[in-house]
Amino acid sequence: MTVAERGMGLGLRALGRLAGSPVVDRLGVRKPAERVLYRATRDGFRAASRAGRTFSAGARLGRPARPRTASGSGLFDLTLDDEQQMLTEAWRDFAAARLRPAAAAAERGEGRAEVWAEANELGLTMLGVPEELGGAISERSAVTALLAAETLAHGDAGLAVGALAPAAVATALALWGDADQQATYLPALVGEDVPAAALAIAEPRALFDPMALETVARPSAGGYVLSGTKALVPRVEDAELLIVAARVEGGGSALFLVEPARGGVEVKADPAMGLRGAALGRLRLEDVKVERGALLGGADPAVFAECVARSRLAWAGIAAGVGRAVLDYVIPYVNERVAFGEPVSHRQAVAFAVSDIAIELEGLRLVALRAAARADAGSGFAREAALARSLATQQAMRIGSEGVQLLGGAGYIAEHPVERWYRDLRATGLMEGVLVV
Amino acid sequence: MINLEVPRKFGPLVAQARQVADEVFRPISRKYDREEHARPVELDMLAALIDGMNDGSDLGGAGAAGVRRSADGGGAQENRNGSNMSTALSIMELCRGDVGLLLSVPRQGLGNSAIASVADDEQLERFAGQWAAMAITEPEAGSDSAAIRTTAVRDGDDYVLNGEKIYVTAGERADLVVVWATLDRSKGRAAIKSFVVERSNPGMKLDRLEHKLGIRASDTAAFTLQDCRVPKENLLGPPGIEVTNGFAGAMQTFDNTRPLVAAMAVGLTRACLEATRPLLAEAGVEVDWDAPAARQSAAAAEYLAMDADYEAAYLLTLQAAWMADNGKPNSLQASMAKAKAGRTCVDVALRCVALAGTLGYGEELLLEKWARDAKILDIFEGTQQIQLLIIARQLLGLTSAQLR
Repeated sequence: MTVAERGMGLGLRALGRLAGSPVVDRLGVRKPAERVLYRATRDGFRAASRAGRTFSAGARLGRPARPRTASGSGLFDLTLDDEQQMLTEAWRDFAAARLRPAAAAAERGEGRAEVWAEANELGLTMLGVPEELGGAISERSAVTALLAAETLAHGDAGLAVGALAPAAVATALALWGDADQQATYLPALVGEDVPAAALAIAEPRALFDPMALETVARPSAGGYVLSGTKALVPRVEDAELLIVAARVEGGGSALFLVEPARGGVEVKADPAMGLRGAALGRLRLEDVKVERGALLGGADPAVFAECVARSRLAWAGIAAGVGRAVLDYVIPYVNERVAFGEPVSHRQAVAFAVSDIAIELEGLRLVALRAAARADAGSGFAREAALARSLATQQAMRIGSEGVQLLGGAGYIAEHPVERWYRDLRATGLMEGVLVV
Repeated sequence: MINLEVPRKFGPLVAQARQVADEVFRPISRKYDREEHARPVELDMLAALIDGMNDGSDLGGAGAAGVRRSADGGGAQENRNGSNMSTALSIMELCRGDVGLLLSVPRQGLGNSAIASVADDEQLERFAGQWAAMAITEPEAGSDSAAIRTTAVRDGDDYVLNGEKIYVTAGERADLVVVWATLDRSKGRAAIKSFVVERSNPGMKLDRLEHKLGIRASDTAAFTLQDCRVPKENLLGPPGIEVTNGFAGAMQTFDNTRPLVAAMAVGLTRACLEATRPLLAEAGVEVDWDAPAARQSAAAAEYLAMDADYEAAYLLTLQAAWMADNGKPNSLQASMAKAKAGRTCVDVALRCVALAGTLGYGEELLLEKWARDAKILDIFEGTQQIQLLIIARQLLGLTSAQLR
């Protein structure tokens, strides 16, 4: 198969889903019925009571299907391929027409479900899943997933994180699931009615290190017993499927598939400084029994390390998208805002701040892209992902702060989105898990 | 398809540059830092080798020859990794060795860049094989290069140049000096032209060589031009005063050379990081790219942050070079690369000195020298502040009258 033909595979499947979706017609037209889902006031944990679907293995492949490593000319190249170009254009439209206008209400818990339902129609969960399993790809696509995070976050980070959370679970299953796990969960994840799903790694304590988890998995007859607490898990209250990171007693960190409906899982809202549109929740597992087949990636430490690195990369993508939103917003603002008789942009102190945002943003973006492209090519990318993480910690925070500063008092008022981006951009260097490229 | 790795075809060139850095530059780094103004004779033999590296369209480039834009740029659909990228890569490696010595390699001057960028075919041939320095700055005109006072007056078949030029890198050792002068001060930047002056010209007098903070291996000259007669064929570019486009032609050189100066800064930054890591290891600090920075020692966390800035500067530089290779307008990206690489190299070099403590500050190692060398890279070819101005004007859509 030629590169072009393989590309068409991705284009037709993901774009086909997109084109057939009523979302495209509705973009910017239909205002979703507003529903108040304000959960931040609910305090105590409650059982994950949602009457979730039961997942059962459908047609099972003889062996797990994996996306191939990407092949290219080997030349340095910053050009998106045709499919990436089409997809990012569609995501950009969706982000501008649906996510940005819905962002403020989503922070109050309103309208999120509708947005995510529409986002599902974009085929996001198919981006990391091979065609044999109903996905959209034949080659690894961390770059494409990074572009999705960046482009959607330009609209709103919280809603983007919620929309991409099930995709992270699907990608993890594609990369590390065995044939049974893929046959059990992927059909639903790439289907019409995508379940809420999330990858939970972070725990609520200072200096958290994913390589030193406090959530434990005790081996027991036929499986494992999981206990521990996970913080800031998107859409956890509605989640039908979770991937939970736990330290295997006597071993290292590993990933487990958990169906909350099977009991023992408690959830509560866990609202934070930002990313409020993501419906962040806390997850408590108390002696949750899972079968041996729930272990994802065979407790291989390399799998867990790769998962953490891919996740940090996705957060760098979110940082790049929100950072770009800041830059795009402050440029017209400082050109129009007049002080001392001329636009404030005519002052070097203001203009140089804009330049610095642009420089650091471009650097962050290139570093993340290099890491993702290395992941797709099957090369080591731990260092590159860590550097993207470092920039998503330091520079993203600075960009958020400068964005508010450039608007002055107006930046502090919720009438302008920069105060939200200030809050969102503090997350991108501290979150673990949740997203995967 | 997105790929930010260096293509395999540049491997031999990069390896060769690395070898030059390790085996030619590094062993004499300290010697020529101490013997300021002594000519590094070891480089004369090297020049022939680098001339060879510059031959060939795609693999060329240890310095100044490879910055000419491809004539078919823009129209071509095929992705190209050409001489802008290979030149940037070899400069990175050579400056990992020594920035001052790179600037002292014969025939690799900024004047050669100017000639390569704007000379016509006859001039290219006439000036081939000669070392050309660049003379722009004057005592009263630094970043504000449109304010230069050196004049050029047409007299028969010659131009007569009068004025004062400072900060001429390799000015003493070069064969030629490309001098910026104005045909008519009242016409502003449009009247500024560049002239190729032979070093042997009796009208150009060497006043002094500067004593500097760093890059002491490289000579920095000051000249007086007094009734300096230059044949009219030595004017680079069109002779007329086009009010709209004249200065842009002269400034065009910078779009090509800024990514190369950024590459110098990237190379120096890499040298500092490479030298510091084993020193930290000796002190019991290992850098772990997998673990959260906050869980590591302050020194390891600082190293990670510096490595991240290095990576951003490195990729911004390759991006600017790649765009030039592919005929894409890169003025914005070239300035972003120069700004990020310039400030990163100063910041990293100074922090590495501090991490290495008295060892870093002493002359036994080269870290303190690199910290002195670094500062010029955030100044010449457009200071940090000039880059920020260029970037801001482009992003904000402002003129130089609006954003001064």
